[in-house]
Amino acid sequence: MTMLYQFQRAMRARRQAAMQRGVVAILDVGTSKMACLILRFDVGAGDGLHDSIGSMAGQSNFRVIGVATTRSRGVKFGEIDTMDETERAVRTAVQAAQKMANVRVDHVIACLSGARPRSYGLTGKVDLHEQGVSEHDIARVLAACDVPDIGAARQPAHALPVNFALDHRSGLSDPRGQIGGKLAVDMHLLTVESSVIENLTYCIKRCDLELAGIASSAYASGISSLVEDEQELGAACIDMGGGSTGISIFLRKNMIYTDAVRVGGDHVTSDISQGLKVPMPVAERIKTMFGGVVATGMDDREMIDIGGETGDWEHDRRSVSRTELIGIIRPRLEEIFEELRERLDAAGFAHLPGQRIVLTGGASQIPGLDGLAGRALGQNVRLGRPLRVQGLPQAATGPAFSSSVGLCLFAAHPQDECWDFEVPYDRYTGRSIRRAVKWFKENW
Amino acid sequence: MQQVTPPKTDPAPSRTSYRFQRLWLTPLFRALLRTGIPAFGVMVLGAWYVADTDRVEQVKLRVSELRTSIEQRPEFMVNMMQIEDVSAEVAEDIREVTSLDFPISSFDLDLVHMRRLIEELDAVKRAKLVVRPGGVLDVAVVERMPVIVWRSREALELLDADGNRVGPLANRAGRADLALIVGEGADAVVPEALTILATAAPISDDLRGLVRVGERRWDLVLAGGRRVLLPEDNPVFALERVIALNSINDLLARDFLLIDMRDQKRPTVQLSTDAVEYLHKINAIDTDGDDAL
Repeated sequence: MTMLYQFQRAMRARRQAAMQRGVVAILDVGTSKMACLILRFDVGAGDGLHDSIGSMAGQSNFRVIGVATTRSRGVKFGEIDTMDETERAVRTAVQAAQKMANVRVDHVIACLSGARPRSYGLTGKVDLHEQGVSEHDIARVLAACDVPDIGAARQPAHALPVNFALDHRSGLSDPRGQIGGKLAVDMHLLTVESSVIENLTYCIKRCDLELAGIASSAYASGISSLVEDEQELGAACIDMGGGSTGISIFLRKNMIYTDAVRVGGDHVTSDISQGLKVPMPVAERIKTMFGGVVATGMDDREMIDIGGETGDWEHDRRSVSRTELIGIIRPRLEEIFEELRERLDAAGFAHLPGQRIVLTGGASQIPGLDGLAGRALGQNVRLGRPLRVQGLPQAATGPAFSSSVGLCLFAAHPQDECWDFEVPYDRYTGRSIRRAVKWFKENW
Repeated sequence: MQQVTPPKTDPAPSRTSYRFQRLWLTPLFRALLRTGIPAFGVMVLGAWYVADTDRVEQVKLRVSELRTSIEQRPEFMVNMMQIEDVSAEVAEDIREVTSLDFPISSFDLDLVHMRRLIEELDAVKRAKLVVRPGGVLDVAVVERMPVIVWRSREALELLDADGNRVGPLANRAGRADLALIVGEGADAVVPEALTILATAAPISDDLRGLVRVGERRWDLVLAGGRRVLLPEDNPVFALERVIALNSINDLLARDFLLIDMRDQKRPTVQLSTDAVEYLHKINAIDTDGDDAL
C-alpha cells in the first residue's frame, strides 16, 4: 500500500509547489477538444488543504486568467492514441492560454476520461492507542486498508476516504479529535490503466511541463455540475464527452463510484457520416446545427441541405429531412443510455436515497436529450452546467467545460485523498534515518 | 472538378516557437533582455570608442575649444577693475598684487584667491570682490586707519587700533597728529596704549609718548624727558591718580625727574638735582636759621 502511492505523492508535492508559485494550468485532454485554463491563486490564501471553506464556496481564492481551446488530435476514447499529434494539440492550447494570461506556467493538472476506470470499495480497521483520533491515526487506518488485486497494468487515480466509523458509530466525515477505541474507514479506490497515465505524463513532459495532478474527468464534472444537495443526497453525474461517457456517483459529498462507457458524441457523428455519406466535419456540423432526439411532424417538412464538394451535381445537391437525421441520432443515444443504465444498476444506484441524474459534457447539448435520458434512466434527470468561476469567459461556461471547471475546483480544494496524509511510521520500509530525525523533531 | 488546394497549415506551434514563447514569458529572461542587453551594448560601444587614443584626444580638444569659445564671449569678459574707498597708494598696491591684464574672462578669475592676496596687504582690513555686469571687477576695500606711531628698533611704523601694521613712516613729523609709542613689543598692546593715552588727554600738552619697558609695563614720557612710571596692573588708575594730583597740586609743573607709580601704596617722586639742592636749602633755613649758612 505504501509503495502504491509514490507517483501520487510526488504529484502532490508538485501541486504544492505550483500553489506556492500561484499559477497552475488545467488541461482537459478530451477526445474532441483540448482545453487549457490557467489559474492564478491569490497570494496568502493558504494552502487550501485543510482550511475551512471560505467565501463563495471556496472559489474566491483563484481566478482564471487564460483560456484556450483547440481541436483535439490523436486522442481516441479519451486515451492518447498518437503521441505526436496529442503533443501538438497540447502545445497549441497551452501556448494560446499562456499568451492570454501573459504568464508562463510550469505545472499542469490534467484530467482524462478514458483509461477504463474501475472502482473498488476498501475497508480498513485499526485499534486506537491514545485517547483522541489524531491525524496520524487516520493515516494509519488509511494505510491499513486491504488492497484488492487491481491488476498488473493498473494504478490508482483516486483513493478517497468516504466514510469513517468509530466503534459503533458510522457515517463520520471527520473523526479527528473524537474519542474511541476502534477506527474503521471505507475508502473508494479508483484505478485506471497505467499505460494511459504514463502516456499522458510523457506527453506533458515533452511539452516542457510538469504533471502536478491527475483526475478522472467524470469526477471533475461531478464536482462542478452537481449542486450541493445533490452531492449530499446521492446523484449520478453523466459526463457525455466525445469518445467516452463517464459516470460518477456522489453520496454525502463524496464520490463513491466511477465508471465509463466507451461511446460518446463522436460515435453519433460517425453514424451520421455513414448514414448520410458525408465527411466527418460535415456530419459534425449537421449534428450541431440540426440535431435532435424527438421527431415531430414539423421535422418531416424541414429539409436540410447536406452539400458536398465531390463535383457530382446529384450528390452535392442532396437534402435530407430532419426526421431522418433524428432517426440516425436517436438509436445511438439510446444505446449509450442503455449502457449507462446497466452500469448504474451494477453500481447499485437504485439503492441511493436520491435518484437525481445530471447530464453534462459536450454531447449533452443535443436538444431534447433530457427527455430521452428520462426514458432510460428514470424521470429525475436534468441538464447540468458547470459552476461559474471567476474570470471564466462566457464562451467557456457551457456544459462542454464542466470537467475543466471541476478541475479548477479540484485544484483549489483538493479532496483529502489517501496520499494527502503522512505515511505512518510503521509502514516505512527503509528510511530509518528520516524516521529518527522525525522522532527527534516531534519529541524535542 | 475538385480544386487542388494546398493543405491547411498546422495550427500547432513548432516546438521551437513554443519554447521561445515560454522563455519570453520568463520574467528573469525578459528583464535581462530589456535592460541587460541595451546596457551591455552601450558599454561595449563606449569601450570601443575610448579604445582609440586619437579619438579621445580629438574629443578632449573639441571640448576645450568649446569651453574657450564660451569663456571668451563678451558677456563673460572683465575689462577693468574698479577699486573703491581707497587711497591712491593702496589702490596701486592692489593692482600690483593682483597683477591682472585685462581683458580677462570671468571664468579665469579666482576671486577667493585674489581676495586673500589683497587682504594680505598691510593697509587693507577687509576686501570684497564682485564681478558686475558690464565687465567690471569691483573691489570694495576697508582700509586700516593708522591711529598711532610706533618707533621700533628698526623703523618707524604706523599701527591701527588693533596693533596691525598699516605702513611705514618716513619721519615722525610726517604724522605729528598721532601719538608715539616706543619699545619692543609695544605693537602687541596698542589697545592698552590707546586707553592710557585717552586717559592722559588732560596733560596732552606735556605728553611726548609712551615707552614699553621690558615688554610688561608702560612709561609715560613727558616734555623734558620726565617720566611717569606706570604699574603693570591697572596703569590707567595710576595715571588717573597722577592727573588728579596734577589738577590739585599742579604736580607736573614741579621740577622732577620721574614719578614712580609702580607701587600703588607708595607713589614716589624723584626730584631733579637742582630741586633737591633747593629743597635742602629751604630746609636749612627752616631748621637752623643762620647757623646753616
